[in-house]
Amino acid sequence: MSTAAIPLPPTLAAMLALAAGTFLLRLSGPALRARYTLPERAGKLLEVSAVLLLAALAATSALTEDHAFTGPARPIGVLTGGVLAWRRAPFLVVVLASAGTTALLRLTGVP
Amino acid sequence: MRSFWRTPGGRTPDADGRRLGGRTLAGPLFRDILLVCLAVGVVGLSYGAVAVTSGFVWWFPALMGVLVLAASSEFLFVGIIAAGGSPFAALLAGLLVNARHLPFGLAVPDVLGRGWRGALGTHLMNDETVVFALAQDEPERKRAAYWLCGLGILLCWPVGAALGALLGGVVRDTGALGLDAMFPAVILALILPALKDRPLRRTALAAAALALTVTPFLPAGLPVLLALAALPLFAVKTKKDATR
Repeated sequence: MSTAAIPLPPTLAAMLALAAGTFLLRLSGPALRARYTLPERAGKLLEVSAVLLLAALAATSALTEDHAFTGPARPIGVLTGGVLAWRRAPFLVVVLASAGTTALLRLTGVP
Repeated sequence: MRSFWRTPGGRTPDADGRRLGGRTLAGPLFRDILLVCLAVGVVGLSYGAVAVTSGFVWWFPALMGVLVLAASSEFLFVGIIAAGGSPFAALLAGLLVNARHLPFGLAVPDVLGRGWRGALGTHLMNDETVVFALAQDEPERKRAAYWLCGLGILLCWPVGAALGALLGGVVRDTGALGLDAMFPAVILALILPALKDRPLRRTALAAAALALTVTPFLPAGLPVLLALAALPLFAVKTKKDATR
């Protein structure tokens, strides 16, 4: 734990650039939409693409860690939450059950 | 147009609507958003702790939390610097992970507002706010859900990061609590109602499979973007349905 190991000025500059770049990425979508009116069908497809992005995000964050398969504890926890959500359990139950299942599995030694 | 979106749990919108700052927001929705914000705060604790234990000054993760406000890119940024990578590499990786905000911005309904509020609304765009906004039925509720979730995260994420940084290594192992399962579970629970639509479900499964397949070979962020390649599958399916 050595604070001197990280050179602050260039790291801070990179962080500010990341903040600015991220804001521009967030801004470009609405800006494009304001300039061009989209036909209804394109609007629907855009909404579908948001679902696809989110599905891919859920899958990769549930199953992978650093480019490889994470242990089974996390995906089983997420799956538990998913099944509960499918059975229309309250959101609170879904979230706590997924974390709880994963925690219990890890307690018993499952990675 | 968006018949496939339903409120999570299939609740009727006006069952127990309540006024909140002049906007209607159902009680259960309010609670759900609060829960997500708290979860984000707890993950923020681990983020702050990881950052200081890898050599960052305590205010750095908190400041980055406010200014970047996109968790996965911040974790990656800190991780690359901590592993001895150059700030430029960390910047590029962070931007790549955040590139999905562009298609998000195209898809998000009209919730951002105008003027300085529009700038703040744009800054609040992230996975959670977009999915909460999309999952609501009416424009008013979309806007209320987006802003409440966004402001909650803007508060909880940096505060969590600052607390985690000050507590240092105490809460480093959030894995033992299973907190890493929360984020995918939240996203999954919120998109499930949309997945009742069959062509959409198939396309989403293909998208997820595609992203998983390329994850070992591509830098972080790219697999999720590549999942958009599954979109034609949906277009073809629905066109076939329309001509039938």
